[in-house]
Amino acid sequence: MSGHEHGSAPAPMVEGAEVSSVRLLATLAIFGALAGAILAYTYGKTLPAIEKFAGEKVEAAVREVLRDPARLDTLYLVKDKLSRTRPAGVAVGDATKMFIGLDANGARTGVAVEEAAPGFAADVKLMVGFDPATGALIGFKVLAQTETPGLGDKIEKDTTFAPRFNGKVAPIKGTKNATTDASTVQTITGATISSKAVIKVINKAVATWQPRLAAFVKEGGQ
Amino acid sequence: MTTELAVAPEAAEPLVPGAPPPAPLTLDFWRGIADDNPVMIQMLGLCPTMAISNQVSNGLGMGAATIFVLVCSSFIISVLRKIIPNEVRLATYILIIATFVTVADLVMQAYFPVLSKTLGPFVPLIVVNCIILGRAEAFAGKVGPLRAVADGLGQGLGFMLALLIMCAFREVVGSGMFLGHPLFGPNYEPQIFMIMPPGGFLTMGLMFLAMGWWGERKKARLAEAIA
Repeated sequence: MSGHEHGSAPAPMVEGAEVSSVRLLATLAIFGALAGAILAYTYGKTLPAIEKFAGEKVEAAVREVLRDPARLDTLYLVKDKLSRTRPAGVAVGDATKMFIGLDANGARTGVAVEEAAPGFAADVKLMVGFDPATGALIGFKVLAQTETPGLGDKIEKDTTFAPRFNGKVAPIKGTKNATTDASTVQTITGATISSKAVIKVINKAVATWQPRLAAFVKEGGQ
Repeated sequence: MTTELAVAPEAAEPLVPGAPPPAPLTLDFWRGIADDNPVMIQMLGLCPTMAISNQVSNGLGMGAATIFVLVCSSFIISVLRKIIPNEVRLATYILIIATFVTVADLVMQAYFPVLSKTLGPFVPLIVVNCIILGRAEAFAGKVGPLRAVADGLGQGLGFMLALLIMCAFREVVGSGMFLGHPLFGPNYEPQIFMIMPPGGFLTMGLMFLAMGWWGERKKARLAEAIA
């Protein structure tokens, strides 16, 4: 936008006042600097609370899907390999992690990871907890979904849906009828695509993270 | 700045083109709630109204955030109205508004995370909510700070009122709940389309219909009183 305006522009605030372009620039520069300062201050003040909440939310989800283990352990994904140390220059909230649940004796009870896959509307994001030895699901929790209210969002809101997955061994398949098969789950009526998205995320989580943990353990990782 | 004040020494308040006529503060306040409601009469801010009005809690959060931004930006814009050159006023207004919106967004993320999660994508859009820039341009940039705050508060509450009417109707019919509390027994089948976009259009149409009917009735009564 040019500072110069033509005859059709509204009259200046004070009749007859000539405003130099230096003043126009100075005004915008000063307001910009002030706005920047205010935002930097607010950001610094609110960041700890925002990060604390995000961390608490993730931990609560991990505890839920691993059925409240005695202790939690965290591994970071660095260049497609699991590592005990966080990659340099990456914030805790931004790092890709695998959470490991341990019982009171330090034995691994299960692992939890975040995975996502496209649902009916947008990505369905889950925290998936499974037994890395057998690939059997311990539990999952929906972290984010924008499925159709009243239909697809039952993957999160229907309390009878998540328990159908308990103990099922990945790769899981979906079916419309009630089933007792070890790898088959009954989908929600009217929300087949959303149900299948959940299955897809779980299968993806187990298929990607099980080998990663196996490789980590094989190389002597604890 | 001092040269400007010297230009019109005869008037205490310099003549501002298109300034609203003098009015008591109470009138500036009430105008936004009833006679000049931003949503129902001025038809501004319809986009956020449509998008978030399927739950009463959303309406409360969005309304509160908008009131905060509207009152703060109206005040600052009014205080600085003689310093901001006419040629760059819109850019400056938007900068002020955007700063307050970002502050509101960060504060909500930090201290009201649940609300922030539902309103998440809509909060940054308060920047382009035409009610706020509209009030800055039509009112706050031309009057003193007290009147600007009264107007901002009134317009903000008027926006919230319209939001709450829509939210309450859509949540009760569409989910069978009010503020998350179930109202009817388990046998009530929620009319899901009411919480989806078509229900928004329908509710908005019904609300405008009611407002139009009310306005016509008022006009008829006035005509009767004169005759």
